[in-house]
Amino acid sequence: MKKIYLDNAATTPTDRRVLEAMVPFFIEVYGNPSSLHAFGQEANHAIEDARYTLASCIGAKPEEIIFTSGGTESNNCAIKGVAYARHEKGNHIITSKIEHHAILEPCHFLEKQGFEVSYIPVDKYGLVDPADVEKAITERTILISIMHANNEIGTIQPIGEIGKIARGRGIYFHTDAVQTLGHIPIDVNELNVDILSASGHKLNGPKGVGILYVKKGIRMLPFMHGGDQEQQRRASTHNVPGIVGFGKAVELAKEEMGKEIEKLTSLRDTLFEGILSTIEFTHLNGHRTKRLPNNVNISIAYVEGESMILNLDMEGIACSTGSACTSSSLEPSHVLMAIGLPHELAHGSLRFSLGRQTSEDDIDYVLTVLPGTVTKLRSMSPLYKKEVK
Amino acid sequence: MEYSEKVMEHFRNPRNVGELENPDGVGKVGNPVCGDIMELYIKVDGGIITDAKFKTFGCGAAIATSSMVTELVKNKTIEDALKISNRAVAEALGGLPPIKMHCSVLAEEALKKALDDYRTRSAQSASGKAA
Repeated sequence: MKKIYLDNAATTPTDRRVLEAMVPFFIEVYGNPSSLHAFGQEANHAIEDARYTLASCIGAKPEEIIFTSGGTESNNCAIKGVAYARHEKGNHIITSKIEHHAILEPCHFLEKQGFEVSYIPVDKYGLVDPADVEKAITERTILISIMHANNEIGTIQPIGEIGKIARGRGIYFHTDAVQTLGHIPIDVNELNVDILSASGHKLNGPKGVGILYVKKGIRMLPFMHGGDQEQQRRASTHNVPGIVGFGKAVELAKEEMGKEIEKLTSLRDTLFEGILSTIEFTHLNGHRTKRLPNNVNISIAYVEGESMILNLDMEGIACSTGSACTSSSLEPSHVLMAIGLPHELAHGSLRFSLGRQTSEDDIDYVLTVLPGTVTKLRSMSPLYKKEVK
Repeated sequence: MEYSEKVMEHFRNPRNVGELENPDGVGKVGNPVCGDIMELYIKVDGGIITDAKFKTFGCGAAIATSSMVTELVKNKTIEDALKISNRAVAEALGGLPPIKMHCSVLAEEALKKALDDYRTRSAQSASGKAA
């Protein structure tokens, strides 16, 4: 049976070239980078090389890059680290309704500690209006955090404009770039961001490593206390193989970005146009063009997401859904609700996220299999029956 | 979260999908908000459930529990069918993940509603005949 992986927004396979770059750092160059002997120093040079690669990819200085354990840590660190460092200046944070849980949950936590958080709504495409951000600013605002691109619907936010507003008011600006690093160009200076989070495993790098870009002069309390690593901003022995792998993944992504954007955009459009034209009562979620090259998110009326995922999995296709069925709350995705989808369409959403390995044949296969799956489930659906009658 | 083999088997090959013409009882439960809607149809002859069918909008567990409940009620008396609990449906499926137990509750509720509907209908037709 064919096996087609279209869940690259969840995680990507590690590129073989990345793995090969990592291997020596498990078995040969295994020293602790904090050690002064040759074993340690060689490892230290490798992480500094990776730091340089990461920094130059986003227009930052190497000393502005902190290595972390991944996107969730970077986001937690950014939100709580700024809140605690600046609480004497104010207690108000602005973010959006469609952030990843790794932003929303730290915000909810801070609300319990007495901080105030404004959650900016989005339009039907999932776009934040910079004017809404500006209106929400108060004397007490210390941080604005808006994601670069949404992980579910792929909408790319006007980060540069929002950053300009924040900078004009002297407010720190953070962006969660977990879905964008290595996929679309990022320049922290053009985007006017002070703090940026990213993760290795979303761009064919290893799991368990991430970065936080922190612009020089930005005050933030550390999240991990211990040794003096990362200029005392993040204690813990460096994950040397992970950091080396992340560096290699970014190097490859940067080299191949132009080609990859072109290829994935074309496959993405073929996929969603194919679905919309062959299956009735379907709807594209997110923006048609202000969208990640690898993201297709479709709502299919009268069928539920999990049952579609299970059926597609039986045909060898891996994708995901914004349906509630795996959450204990039974509420569908907060992102799909924020763009105004009715519950039944939010429950009937499918996300296909393409990757480096995705081919035209893969897309053709999905377009061949999906209509049959939908027909099968609709024939069982009490909602479809009513519509057709 | 992982489904049992039995759940997947009923999900892959659901039994008794569809509607019954002139059913003797219909149970409709659930709502779009929680993402599960079940409709259960039963045919009753001489106090015995002779046929059952379902239509469901919902997740894998919702479809599997619907399928299982239609299997469990067939050839049962109304009294015995009333005793089928959500736990019995879940157990017959080799268990459900904890967060999916609500699907078995929905299946039990659909069955109870269909049986209630049957009793209401038969009471009405009896009083109709009496009049």
